[in-house]
Amino acid sequence: MSRIAGAPKAEDFDLAEIQKRAHCMRKHILRMVHAAKSGHPGGSLSAADIMACLYFGGALSYDPEDPQNPDRDRFVLSKGHAAPVLYAALHEVGYIPDEWLDTLRHLNSKLQGHPDMLKCPGVEASTGSLGQGLSIASGIALGLAQEDRQSGKELRHVFVMTGDGELQEGQNWEALMYAAYKKINNLVAIVDHNRLQIDGFLDDVLSLGDLNAKFEAFGWKTFVIDGHDINAIQEALLAAKAYEEGPVVILCNTIKGKGISYMEDQAGWHGKAPNDDEYKTALSELL
Amino acid sequence: MARATREAFGETLIELAEQGLDVVAVDADLAGSTTTAKFGVAYPDRFFDVGIAEQNMMDLAAGLSLTGKIAFTGSFAVFGTGRCYDQIRNTVAYANLNVKICPTHAGISVGPDGGSHQMLEDISLMRTLPNMRVLVPADYMSAKAALRLASKVDGPVYVRMGRQKVAEIFDEEPSLEFGGSNLLREGSDITIVSCGVMVELAMQAAQKLSKEGIEAEVIDAYSIVPFDEKTLLSSARKTKRVLTIEEHSIYGGLGSTVAEILSESEPTKLKRMGMDRIFGTSGNFEELLGHFELDVDSIVRTCKNLF
Repeated sequence: MSRIAGAPKAEDFDLAEIQKRAHCMRKHILRMVHAAKSGHPGGSLSAADIMACLYFGGALSYDPEDPQNPDRDRFVLSKGHAAPVLYAALHEVGYIPDEWLDTLRHLNSKLQGHPDMLKCPGVEASTGSLGQGLSIASGIALGLAQEDRQSGKELRHVFVMTGDGELQEGQNWEALMYAAYKKINNLVAIVDHNRLQIDGFLDDVLSLGDLNAKFEAFGWKTFVIDGHDINAIQEALLAAKAYEEGPVVILCNTIKGKGISYMEDQAGWHGKAPNDDEYKTALSELL
Repeated sequence: MARATREAFGETLIELAEQGLDVVAVDADLAGSTTTAKFGVAYPDRFFDVGIAEQNMMDLAAGLSLTGKIAFTGSFAVFGTGRCYDQIRNTVAYANLNVKICPTHAGISVGPDGGSHQMLEDISLMRTLPNMRVLVPADYMSAKAALRLASKVDGPVYVRMGRQKVAEIFDEEPSLEFGGSNLLREGSDITIVSCGVMVELAMQAAQKLSKEGIEAEVIDAYSIVPFDEKTLLSSARKTKRVLTIEEHSIYGGLGSTVAEILSESEPTKLKRMGMDRIFGTSGNFEELLGHFELDVDSIVRTCKNLF
């Protein structure tokens, strides 16, 4: 299912390998945020398993040698504050050298506080202002599909990850309506449904209600999975990619801060960096 | 022939596509009014109407541009800039994406729709954004040239168009460039700098002034960003008096641009005509020009007051 020779392939799927990548990515996230003394660990850790699977399970096709390979699929991180998990994945891919990881949020760093496509290789769209990724991804998907129809080549797909809190932004629902109505079938949305936003639990701030029912009502094919179950993520990603009737959303039930005991399910770790002691504790939990 | 600048939009998109450019257009349920619908008829695969959803419109265009397309957006200026300002700022301008923001129905010339629809801050909003170029064409032919010019650079461009039919200033497409201006009339006594649909009125005022012995130099400042400082400064040095006219707020638009340039490089007696912290109101364009004292007689009177 890939147009690119060097890309990870779904047939080579190896659970242990992806678990190892996710583990490494969690370490990178903590290292980056600790060095930056600011940033967003909670929503990065909740997405780490999904991102590891996306980048190393073969669903997302890309060229480890060339971030701009035109045959690649695209990934848009709509929840731009989870930049550390994207940088961690791009480091594992090989686009970001190790030394950059200590420069997150520093002056002149390629690793801006929120992803900047003009600075960092592998970042497909500059994001940070929430609620825009679904629209951007829809536009990319339409553009790619048009070219692929004309060339007769295999359809390139666009994956976009949103937060759940970010779905409170109205623009998402404009985009959901449009993508379903236009049956954009090379578009896959992934919701990191960690149930927390800065001010607390979504259900206390502004509940999304029955999110699955909302997506279905808007005309999207939905999958609801455990966003930390690598096998389930892999299965959903591949099924979403294979689905030809229209756009698909994978609702991933996740735990904010997943993997670090004291961060799990804590709104306070949305946008706070661990101090030296907390960092040591976190690393010891990841040994 | 009097035609609105917006009438150039759909037609020029068709011409650009015919030339082989990979243009697409995204509109938000105003395709008939903005004339992008014409392009949609000619190139249905390249036209996207997202419904009444300007935020989605802007970012859909952003996404299309990320696949190598030259993406034009429509809607009315009030919605096509204000309703999706964050999308323009954080997605389009921040990443220097190849999106051409070309809403129509700007300014008070929208007329009867009233103040809610008369966008008076769009130039101001767009002018302060890094990477954004801003063009305000004066008539149909100049709008065609502006759209064509916008397609030639990689990066965001704002092209402001209007609903009102305006008299022909150019009988063929003028040669426009970023940072250029059209010196429409030479004069030695006062410099009138104008843009968009007010250029026609500036020319009429200049003719009236001439009959009273005042020779006005008239500059069509179609490129607000970047601005043709050279022509402005050399004219100001000659005439010692500058008047700006725009159907836009005098804060942040053409008047501000001219004031900033003059005050730093050639302090000159200056008067800015336009909308002064006031919303528009319903009425036809002619009535509104009189109501807001932007008609030819008001321009003539204001010019004289500068002597």
